[in-house]
Amino acid sequence: MNYPVDSIREDFPILKRMVNNKPLVYFDNGATSQTPIPVIEAMNRVYYEFNSNIHRGVHTLSNLGTEAFEGVRRKVAAFINARHSHEVIFTKGTTESINLVAYSYGEACILEGDEVIISGMEHHSNIVPWHLLQSRKGITLKVIPVLEDGSLDMEAYKQLLSPRTKLVAVTHISNVLGTINPVKEITAEAHKHGVPVLIDGAQAIHHEMVDVQELDCDFYVFSSHKMYGPTGTGVLYGKEKWLDKMPPWQGGGEMIKTVTLETSTFNELPFKFEAGTPDYVGVIGLGAAIDYIEGIGREVIRRYEGDLYAYAFDRLSAVEDIRIYGTAPVRGSLVSFLLGNIHPFDTGMLLDKMGIAVRTGHHCAQPLMDRFAIPGTVRASFALYNTREEVDILVAALAKVRQLFG
Amino acid sequence: MSINELQDQIIEEFSLLGEWMDRYSYLIELGNGLDNFSEEYRTNQNLIEGCQSKVWLHAELKDGKIFFFADSDAIIVKGIVALLIKVLDGRTPSEILDADLYFIDKVGLKEHLSPTRSNGLVAMVKQMRMYALAYKTKLGL
Repeated sequence: MNYPVDSIREDFPILKRMVNNKPLVYFDNGATSQTPIPVIEAMNRVYYEFNSNIHRGVHTLSNLGTEAFEGVRRKVAAFINARHSHEVIFTKGTTESINLVAYSYGEACILEGDEVIISGMEHHSNIVPWHLLQSRKGITLKVIPVLEDGSLDMEAYKQLLSPRTKLVAVTHISNVLGTINPVKEITAEAHKHGVPVLIDGAQAIHHEMVDVQELDCDFYVFSSHKMYGPTGTGVLYGKEKWLDKMPPWQGGGEMIKTVTLETSTFNELPFKFEAGTPDYVGVIGLGAAIDYIEGIGREVIRRYEGDLYAYAFDRLSAVEDIRIYGTAPVRGSLVSFLLGNIHPFDTGMLLDKMGIAVRTGHHCAQPLMDRFAIPGTVRASFALYNTREEVDILVAALAKVRQLFG
Repeated sequence: MSINELQDQIIEEFSLLGEWMDRYSYLIELGNGLDNFSEEYRTNQNLIEGCQSKVWLHAELKDGKIFFFADSDAIIVKGIVALLIKVLDGRTPSEILDADLYFIDKVGLKEHLSPTRSNGLVAMVKQMRMYALAYKTKLGL
C-alpha cells in the first residue's frame, strides 16, 4: 500500500518525543488524537493575525474571525454532508452535544412516562444525561443488550421500540469493543415508528465516511480532539426540523434577538444554541483538522487504518494468554484486551515504562464492564499515523509484561 | 527500627535494583507477598475506590499501636501498599501522623503520588493518616 506514513508522522511533532527513555508509541487515540502542525499553525495564526470576538464587531479583525468561524461551519456541514450549514452547532464536545439534546429535546418533546432507548455499550456521556432527564421528567430508559461477541442484539432492539419511545441514542463505534454498529439500520427501524435517532460519533468521525443524509439520523455528535483537532470543541448536527422545535438551553449573548429587562426573543439557528463567545480558535483549528484529513483523503485513511487494524488484531490474538473483547463481525479502530489475570492497571503502568501509551480501566463504560464481568481492559486505539512497527513493539512489550508476572 | 531507618533501608534496596524492570519486578514480588488480609475486611467501608483499581485498607489498634491490613486487585498497587505498611505498621498514631514519607520520591515512585492516579499513594497515605487521627482522638492523646 502506497501510504506516506513517514511524511505524515513528520506532521505530528509529538510523535518524535521520548517517554521513559523510549520512543513514544501512542495508542491512546480513542481518548485524544495528536495534533498536526497545520492545525497548530492555524490556531496560532488567529492569535497572531486576527484575534477578536466574532459576530459582534464592525471592525476588520472581527469580520475576519467571523468569516473564518462560519467558514468552518460550512466545512463541517460538507464533511458530514449536512443539508444546511445551520444544522451544525458548535459545542465543547460530544458530551456537551448529548447534554444539549437531552436537555433541550427533552424539554420540548419528552413527557413523563416516555421512553428513551440507549444500548449497553454506551459511554457514560450517553448514559448520564438520560439519567438526569429521568430524574427531571420521570422517563424510562430502555437498553439494547450487547451480545457475547460485542454486537448489539438487533432483534431485542426492535422489540424495545414502542409508542412511548421518543428517542434512540446509540454509539456509532464502541469506544471499548470497536464494534461498528449498524446505525443506518437502527435509524431506519426507529423511523418506522416515527422516532428520531441520535448517533454518538465520537469514535467514528475520524475513521468512517459519515454522511448524515445517507444515514438519515436526526442528530450526530462528535468531538474535535479525536479527529486531530484541538480539545474543547465539538459538533452537534441536528436536522433543522428538530432543532427548530427545541428551546435554547443556555442563555447569554449571541443567542438572542432582542432583550428587554422583562423578556428576550431568541436568535435563529444555529446561534440559538451558541450562547456566549464560542471557542472560535478551537473551531478554526477543527477546520484545519478537516482540511488535513481531506488532504490525505478519507478513503485512503480508511483503507490504511483498516489494514493496520487487521494486522494489530492478528498479532495481538497470537499473544499468549490474551483475551480480546469485541469480536463482532464489523469492527475496527481499536483492540481491547486482558492479559492472563493481570490487572489492566498493572499492564498499563508497565507499558508506560516501555514508552507505550494505552488506555486502561473501564473506559467510562462501567455497565459494559459489568456485562462482561471484568474490572476493565487495556485498550490500544489507532490513528492515521500509527504503524505496523509500533504494533510489533506493543506485542513484544506484552511478552515482557507476562515475563515480569512470571 | 525507626520509620526513617526503614525508609533508608528501602531506598538502599531500590538503589541496588538497576533498571525499571527490576524495580517493578520487586514491587510485584512485594505485592504477591502481602497476604495478611482476611476476607472479613473486604467491606465497602474499607474500600478506597478509584478509576483504575481497588484497594481495601483495614486498621486495628493494639497496645497503642496501629496495625494495617490491605489488599488490591492490581499487584503493583498492592506492592506499593506493602511498602507503606512496612514503614508504618506497628507505630503509634503520633508517629504515623508525624512521619515524613521521603522514601517515595527517592525510590522513583513519585509518579504514583499524582492526584490523577486516583488509586495512587495519595489516597492510601491519606487513609492511613485518617486511621491514625481517629485512633489518636479515641485514645485521648
